[in-house]
Amino acid sequence: MSEASPEARAAQGAAEIVQFDNVGLRYGTDREVLSDVSFTLFPGSFYFLTGASGAGKTSLLKLLYLAQRPSRGAIRMFGTDAITTPRDKLPLLRRRLGVVFQDFRLVPHLSAYDNVALPLRVAGVSERELAGPVTDMLEWVGLADRMAARPATLSGGEQQRVAIARAVIGRPDLLVADEPTGNVDPDMAVKLLRLFEALNRLGTTVVVATHDVHLLRKVPESLIMRLDKGRLADPTGALRYPPRRPVFGGGVE
Amino acid sequence: MSEPRGLRLPEVFARHLGGHLGGKGEQADIVPQSRLSGPIPWVIAIMVALMVIAAGGGLALRNTGRAAAAELSGGITVQIIEARADERDRQARAALAALARTPGVSEAHIVPQAELDALVEPWLGDGAVGASGDPGAGAVPVPALIDARLAGKLSAQRLAELQAALRGAAPGARVDAQSTWLSPVFGAIASLQWLSLALIVFLSLATAAAVLLAARTALGNNRATIEIVHLLGGTDAQIARIFQRSIARDAIGGALAGTGAALVVILLLGRSFAALQAGIVTGGTLRVADWALLPVIPVAAVVLATLTARWTVIRALKGML
Repeated sequence: MSEASPEARAAQGAAEIVQFDNVGLRYGTDREVLSDVSFTLFPGSFYFLTGASGAGKTSLLKLLYLAQRPSRGAIRMFGTDAITTPRDKLPLLRRRLGVVFQDFRLVPHLSAYDNVALPLRVAGVSERELAGPVTDMLEWVGLADRMAARPATLSGGEQQRVAIARAVIGRPDLLVADEPTGNVDPDMAVKLLRLFEALNRLGTTVVVATHDVHLLRKVPESLIMRLDKGRLADPTGALRYPPRRPVFGGGVE
Repeated sequence: MSEPRGLRLPEVFARHLGGHLGGKGEQADIVPQSRLSGPIPWVIAIMVALMVIAAGGGLALRNTGRAAAAELSGGITVQIIEARADERDRQARAALAALARTPGVSEAHIVPQAELDALVEPWLGDGAVGASGDPGAGAVPVPALIDARLAGKLSAQRLAELQAALRGAAPGARVDAQSTWLSPVFGAIASLQWLSLALIVFLSLATAAAVLLAARTALGNNRATIEIVHLLGGTDAQIARIFQRSIARDAIGGALAGTGAALVVILLLGRSFAALQAGIVTGGTLRVADWALLPVIPVAAVVLATLTARWTVIRALKGML
């Protein structure tokens, strides 16, 4: 990947999904868990976020899915300054995100069906409109016969699939997944990866945090974001200034 | 990878959901309703019952005061204080005649001796006053009384004029406004009315405080779920609606139960007081307008509880990103 010129970057600016500029994050008065993190995500890109335990992957993802404000730096999402955006406007940004949490965070008293339907209900989709997609999605992740089951009665792998179905059901612009294949067998891991790729082909930018090096090879066109002690390794500047690349449906950004 | 049940992956997305939709959303079951309000229906039932009883009492006291004031308005009592019975009777008749000639006196009559005897009997005993008022051996001379009613408003100046007019005909006559006797009672009634109003205000505050605590507890219990809804794009208003709807439902149930219980109590108390057959008390029965006013309290309690829940939740949510 070659570094783009400033003019090219300016031309690309309008299309960016996410832009981090010298972002730092610390909890309380502790040392920074993320330091000087800068990168740009474009529509249709597929990223793997890797790094050792404690490198700051989950903290970075929290910033990406707007669960945390940074201590310093600038974050733009979908053309909006995510740091200064008023609280009442944040839900509109969040509805453009899909998140797979490492601990799934399924609502315990809701069935698998209702958990998957939750983002659509929050967005105001009617029951009649959401019934088809939710059923299809659960069928696709192999849980057609477990739709009425509550999370406590599902295995870890099944819970993970419900969490993924919930994250992708709204066809988000940006999908953020924290170790999404950690609790599933290799076949299901590949299958879920295909789901992410399909979303990616439809224009969704995907960021997958994983320890699984085998997974990285399954998506040849993916970019690697490697975190080391809270700093993003970007020796060529490709993450900060990514090259123009074709997107799904033809054309160049 | 094989696609299950012949469903090709992109179809899942392509067939539905073109983009992001906005709207109020359907959150009926996002947070379990049973975990929201706890004992709130009972608290509201008790508070509403107490408020309705206090309001009913306040309205009854107001009616009592008004009835007594109307009864005594323009009423005067002329006492003929004279120890000799024949002179007392003469002065009483002369005073009655003088009153009949006085403009503005609409009605006047001498209180019959039998009524006077009955009035003093509980204090002085049977036979303390002779049937004719004749102070025999051991009999007590009781003043003769004339009950009169004036047209128009009674003032201190009018009382003084009457006193002067009667002085010639009945030197032993003393004129008193009937309302003057009961002014301490009116004062007490007014105080009790204020007390019932204060009770309603304090009970309303207590209800709001109970709802506030319940909403905070429910928020704490459901914090994880609320965070998820937030991260999925749920707005503060959506989450607040879940809580206020639950609290409103509980408040309606509690208010209905409390109002029902209070109405039974008011009816029973009303019946007990009516059985006393004491003029001032029976004047305090609730009128149709009062009965129509009482349901305002449960409605106001439901609105108060709902708004308190909304305010509490919105305020608490401001602390989350």
